Amino acid sequence: MKATTAAGGGFVGYGPGEKPRWEEYSKCIHCGLCLNACPTYRELGLEMDSPRGRIHQMIQVDRGRLAVAESFVRHIDLCLDCRSCETACPSGVEYGRLVEAARGQIQEYYRRPAAFRLLQRFFLCQILPHPSRLEKLGKLLRFYQRSGAERVVLASGLLKLLPRHVAALAPLAPRMEKPFFTERLGAVVPAEGPRRYRVGFLAGCIASLAFARLNEATVRVLARNGCEVVIPAGQGCCGALQVHSGLRERARELALRNIRVFEDGGFDAIVTNAAGCGSVLKEYPQLFEHEQQAHYTAAQAFSKRMRDVTEFLDEIGLNSSFGRLERRVTYQDSCHLLHAQRIRSAPRNLMAHVPGINLIELKESEICCGSAGIYNVLHPEMASRLLQSKMKRVDESEADWIVTANPGCLLQLSAGVRASSRPERRVMHVIELLDEAYECNSASGRRI
Amino acid sequence: MSVEPGGILPSQKARVVDSLQRLLGRDHVLYQPEDLMLYEYDGLSTHGTPDAVVFPLSTEDVVEIVRLAARERIPIVARGAGTGLSGGAVAAVGGIVVGFSRMNKILAIDLENQRARVQPGVVNADLSLAVAAEGYYYAPDPSSQKACTLGGNVAENSGGPHTLAYGVTTNHVLGLEVVLPDASVVHTGGSCWDRPGYDLTGLMVGSEGTLGIVTEITVRLCRKPEMVQTLLAVFDSVADATRTVAAITARGITPSALEMMDGFTLRAVEEATHAGYPMDSAAVLLIEVEGIEEAATEDAAQIEAVCGENLAREVRRARTSAERELLWRGRKNAFGALGRISPSYYVQDGVIPRTRLPEMMEFIASMESKYGLRIGNIFHAGDGNLHPLLMYDSRNPEQSRRVVQAAGEIITRCVELGGSITGEHGVGLEKNELMPVLFSENDLAMMRTIKSVFNPDGMLNPGKVLPTGKMCGELRVSAGAGGPGDERR
Ligand SMILES: Cc1cc2nc3c(=O)[nH]c(=O)nc-3n(C[C@H](O)[C@H](O)[C@H](O)COP(=O)(O)OP(=O)(O)OC[C@H]3O[C@@H](n4cnc5c(N)ncnc54)[C@H](O)[C@@H]3O)c2cc1C
Ligand code: SF4
Ligand code: SF4
Repeated sequence: MKATTAAGGGFVGYGPGEKPRWEEYSKCIHCGLCLNACPTYRELGLEMDSPRGRIHQMIQVDRGRLAVAESFVRHIDLCLDCRSCETACPSGVEYGRLVEAARGQIQEYYRRPAAFRLLQRFFLCQILPHPSRLEKLGKLLRFYQRSGAERVVLASGLLKLLPRHVAALAPLAPRMEKPFFTERLGAVVPAEGPRRYRVGFLAGCIASLAFARLNEATVRVLARNGCEVVIPAGQGCCGALQVHSGLRERARELALRNIRVFEDGGFDAIVTNAAGCGSVLKEYPQLFEHEQQAHYTAAQAFSKRMRDVTEFLDEIGLNSSFGRLERRVTYQDSCHLLHAQRIRSAPRNLMAHVPGINLIELKESEICCGSAGIYNVLHPEMASRLLQSKMKRVDESEADWIVTANPGCLLQLSAGVRASSRPERRVMHVIELLDEAYECNSASGRRI
Repeated sequence: MSVEPGGILPSQKARVVDSLQRLLGRDHVLYQPEDLMLYEYDGLSTHGTPDAVVFPLSTEDVVEIVRLAARERIPIVARGAGTGLSGGAVAAVGGIVVGFSRMNKILAIDLENQRARVQPGVVNADLSLAVAAEGYYYAPDPSSQKACTLGGNVAENSGGPHTLAYGVTTNHVLGLEVVLPDASVVHTGGSCWDRPGYDLTGLMVGSEGTLGIVTEITVRLCRKPEMVQTLLAVFDSVADATRTVAAITARGITPSALEMMDGFTLRAVEEATHAGYPMDSAAVLLIEVEGIEEAATEDAAQIEAVCGENLAREVRRARTSAERELLWRGRKNAFGALGRISPSYYVQDGVIPRTRLPEMMEFIASMESKYGLRIGNIFHAGDGNLHPLLMYDSRNPEQSRRVVQAAGEIITRCVELGGSITGEHGVGLEKNELMPVLFSENDLAMMRTIKSVFNPDGMLNPGKVLPTGKMCGELRVSAGAGGPGDERR
């Protein structure tokens, strides 16, 4: 890396460490077949904000023609890492790997504004990785949300005093649920009926606070399918947000913690209900490709057993003693399930088992809703444009329920529904739908 | 590759950019080097850097842009999605690139009369998606249909696997709105077939952005057929497969699609898409017939018989629409699948009479050994449209040169066999110097005359389609062409 006068100014070339490599980016034949699959290209129509263009920029940096400077960073930042381009790409370009490496470089060698760095370090390095600190923050937030303080603050316009990103955060903060799922860490939930499998459940860091009910539903549904569900203590944040932000060293620490915790449990599978976490959990080996062999091997063993909950249930054959749910539903593919994990039919198959469910395919269900981890916080304008396009399609589907497979998507879509003309529409995880269908069977046909 | 520099003079640039920004708004004008370098390429690997890129939203915007460019005497190049494979959307001599990515509205759908009016930036597949629920679709289906725009399709007169039965783009365009280089707006054709007067629509379609800028397109929509039968015929020799192609049409059956892939290609495709192509076969034909149920079933049975007579090892029929889609996914992703196994490749696009397929295959095989290259073969076999893909590593300049030579020999052979230098990817700046191989001086003079009527100063997409006379009878592909991972300067 040296200072030159390449376009964009500043340093050119990549510094030491992981970076986009010729072996990977040369697979791109610049055919452009990914363009219309890319949410940011669809919104902006700019080559710079397309997969092909982003790859071209990474190459130009490697060539010394473009600097790792404001322009490059802006376009790489605006990428959702939704990986829709990977599904579209006939040439097998592993875009996620490329963009994550590019972000690693930006994180190392590009100086962001001080406020950004501070917030990032605070949230991604000081809070998320530490379950106890996260829980304390969660309790504070829960108090703020329930005491009425939130309403006062939102109404008062006080938020306008805060920097834009922080202000955007506040109304987006997920509702904290009571009780936190963290109370369940260390528990072993027995299978209903004979035990067919022993599974480890990865509960997720924020999900344990804000999606405690979804986690409970997941455990119940797994148990109803003959799974003994172990929720090991000591597990924590999966590192997905860190990987997406280029904080690779921090992500490796988190990965190792989870790998150790689940190593000796004798699990047939390790299960998550968060597609965003799942894709990174399955890709742990990528984090250790240039690290100790032992860590790489352990990561491989871990990832081999990793399953999305919908994938797992579809594999083992679903217990279909469901009650009837007379509903018109539509399914929004979670990007990290469809594009990163290539799971398309499992969630649809599961819902098809529930009598009464009328599944309407959502047009463009494979396009991101704008949630993308903390993307909606960092790029509120793009996120809300994507959400608006999404809600138009939802309206066309005339569905009563919107089903998806990832907590982040649930938050984003719920925000979309709240602001829509049909705020009574429900947004739910596939697992919650199954859970309700089991429930209404045991409540002997009770209609909901 | 050398094209004379032209475009905007540095002293002019600031003024022009400022005017463009005032016309269109700052968000719709790019002029910084770090942005312009993203518009150097299209799907081919030649390149040229524009001086500015603009994004109109309406015909009026286009008119204003063209007026400004005319006043300033700056070349203009239209750009759709940049999936073109002949360098058409590349600003060969600089100038203003007019990007249509934001002029992408479907303006009107009239199902009773089976037509739609669209802006040129609408993506081909998005139009079909918009009318799918009602049982309609837009028939021309280039393999790039999920990304390429209808404006690009019109300019290239694009075809696709289903061209065999449905024809190419020109058979589906009813009318156009076009902005000429003097900023006047003309309407060609209309909303019904066979209007009196000259067929200007026909002239515009396939003119590769050198006669006018298309700002609105009225297309015909087709009804989905009652039944589609998709068959995969597997062969142990390429010769048997190519003979089968002629035999099928000799029976008087017109499949809606008849595609061929050789063993090398289908293995790459199978690894990429798991479409179910047998890995150990020498060639496959993907054949589709459609129509009312009795006819399609009868045709499918006849085709099975013909394949059997020509020593097909096996003929499979897709039983569900999912199976059909999978077979097609393999075919439509074939170019990319080869991108997986080779750092770069060059796609040739030639046409021969389909009865000459067997000897053409032999010729291509002889090129493999003569130049020491791997060549994969994908054909729209039914209409004799060949896509040999020449594999190489762009880091090896010597090998890159051999690729250009072999590709040149292949295209010359197509002409010798009574065919043409391009089936559907267009001439662009890749093949314009080859035009004299196909056309007499008189033919070319006629084309020049027509061009000068519409585009007298040559300001629209300069350096494309017609020969410049700078290189003689050669393909223009930079040695070291290939992915953007290649040396492209
Ligand atoms: C993987 C792959 C597969 C392909 N398969 C096929 C195929 O099966 N059949 C086929 O025919 N082609 C195929 N192509 C080539 C290409 O997709 C087509 O030529 C397509 O029509 C180009 O559309 P585009 O929007 O990308 O146009 P661009 O590449 O952006 O432009 C192509 C030409 O159109 C002109 N143009 C664009 N918009 C306008 C406008 N509004 N007014 C005037 N001129 C305009 C440009 O100046 C240029 O000359 C394939 C390409 C790839 C990469
Ligand atoms: S589809 Fe794949 S090969 Fe084609 S431009 Fe996009 S990333 Fe590159
Ligand atoms: S990951 Fe998503 S946003 Fe990023 S380039 Fe690919 S398709 Fe576009």
